[in-house]
Amino acid sequence: MTLEFTLASARDALLNRRISSRELTQAHLDAITALDPKLHAFITVTAEQALAQADAADAALAKGEAGPLTGLPVAIKDVFCTKGVKTTAASKILEPFVPPYESTVTSNMLHDGAVFLGKVNLDEFAMGSATTNSAFGATINPWQRQGSDVALVPGGSSGGSAAAVAAGMALAATGTDTGGSIRQPASYCGIVGIKPTYGRCSRYGVVAFASSLDQPGPFARTVEDTAILLGSMAGHDPKDSTSVPRAVPDFAAAAKRGVKGLKIGVPREYRAEGMPAEIEALWAQGLDWLRQQGAEIVDVSLPHTKYGLATYYIVAPAEASSNLARYDGVRYGLRVPANDLKDLYEGTRAAGFGREVRRRILMGTYVLSAGYYDAYYLKAQKVRALILKDFTDVFSKVDALLTPTAPSAAFAIGENADDPVQMYLNDIFTVPASMAGVPGMSVPAGLDAQGLPLGLQVLGRHFDEETVFAVGAALEKAAGFKGLPQIRMGEGA
Amino acid sequence: MASSSAPLDPAVVRRIARLARIRLADEDVAQLQVELGSIIGWIEQLNEVDVSGVDPLANIGAAAMTLRDDVVTDGDQVDAVLANAPARSGPFFTVPKVVE
Repeated sequence: MTLEFTLASARDALLNRRISSRELTQAHLDAITALDPKLHAFITVTAEQALAQADAADAALAKGEAGPLTGLPVAIKDVFCTKGVKTTAASKILEPFVPPYESTVTSNMLHDGAVFLGKVNLDEFAMGSATTNSAFGATINPWQRQGSDVALVPGGSSGGSAAAVAAGMALAATGTDTGGSIRQPASYCGIVGIKPTYGRCSRYGVVAFASSLDQPGPFARTVEDTAILLGSMAGHDPKDSTSVPRAVPDFAAAAKRGVKGLKIGVPREYRAEGMPAEIEALWAQGLDWLRQQGAEIVDVSLPHTKYGLATYYIVAPAEASSNLARYDGVRYGLRVPANDLKDLYEGTRAAGFGREVRRRILMGTYVLSAGYYDAYYLKAQKVRALILKDFTDVFSKVDALLTPTAPSAAFAIGENADDPVQMYLNDIFTVPASMAGVPGMSVPAGLDAQGLPLGLQVLGRHFDEETVFAVGAALEKAAGFKGLPQIRMGEGA
Repeated sequence: MASSSAPLDPAVVRRIARLARIRLADEDVAQLQVELGSIIGWIEQLNEVDVSGVDPLANIGAAAMTLRDDVVTDGDQVDAVLANAPARSGPFFTVPKVVE
């Protein structure tokens, strides 16, 4: 029954007392018990806490004191600090860590009445595009190719969030997006995900990867549901100086605006070499859908698109090498005992970090080191300025952009694993918007020839998520995407 | 787009690992020479971009930096701060002896 509900319809059912939060929460916990042994979306399930929160929600509902999320069971990416519940970032180095405080985003959600089912899997420190880099094992995509049970990746880094929502183990989930970590898994799992504008959500209490890029955002099965959840997550926070003191708009109302009269840009540089014809066709179909609903389609150019990934793979590792210096085996997390302090640091960090994280720390250390800083890091910051200028120029002409979310559908576990650069190419369409800090949403738009979901990406101006929601909802309405994954509640569970 | 770049010098790999305080086994050095060399070869494509006259962009945030009131807002959290310490002694973190 979990997949029969959306966040919005479950909220209605709770308010009308057609179901209790305890029933709804128990149904999701049952779904986790049935499905998670196959999908491994969860690192920690907090069943007892969830049921206690559900009972409190039912009491609040009985008194007519419901908040925007009261009684709604959701999953939390395991990079958000949750007071008293271990927060690992899918890393051995944080395996023992139990935060003594709550992140601002999850604190906002608790204040609004949400029920937390548990903490979901990711690539270690959110570094990856497949959720295969988790120290606690890979998450499996609930979707399978027609006539094949080969295990596919859910995308990453927020793969646990996407898989949990797609399979019906949670109504919605939080994620974080640094270079595509919400949008790409949403596309691979056939659900909706939005990375809001940098600064829209507080990063306080979110395990840091690349601070100038990291941004929390929601996953859900409908555009309206992501609007509801983002409305709760977002808002200014004095504890994060990069969060912006702006009022949070009514995103759900914006989703109903329609696209009549909007100018939608088609960036020609996103026609990537070797992109599958079916993705190209779906993109054209998406533009047709928007045109039919009254939007004007305009060809535009973002000339520095092709340099987005290389710029990202300098800036993000540089920031990561600095952020991850805090894991020293002294104050929290893993410690490998040693006789002197240098050995303690080196041994702890060698044992605690996985291969991709180690690779990125070393890469970041290299581009920041004496003699290389100007050639790599400073250069990348200058190219980043040009990428931002591409977007500001284009948004003086159009209201939003439409592109594919990813250059492929979900791939099999083990594919793209040998060459780090090949793996990085999955983020080719999502990274430029991250570099510019603009909001981006992935909406499921169709299936490929193998029966796997494909998403389209909507990009908007800084702090204009409202137009992104309007365009996303228009695509959703036209696509009528009703696909369900093979591994889900009700099927073999 | 795959690169055909040269592996990094093993001394460079060891030097950055030392700077990053990560111990490497010998076989890791060999593998990282190739992997990092390939990534560096790939990012060299930025040499094509003309950035003359462009200021580096360090922060895309729209938030203006503000000063908060200079008052104590938190404190007396010794137990919470030390709760996750792998080793402690009273109200202190402990580390191996640094000074003889």
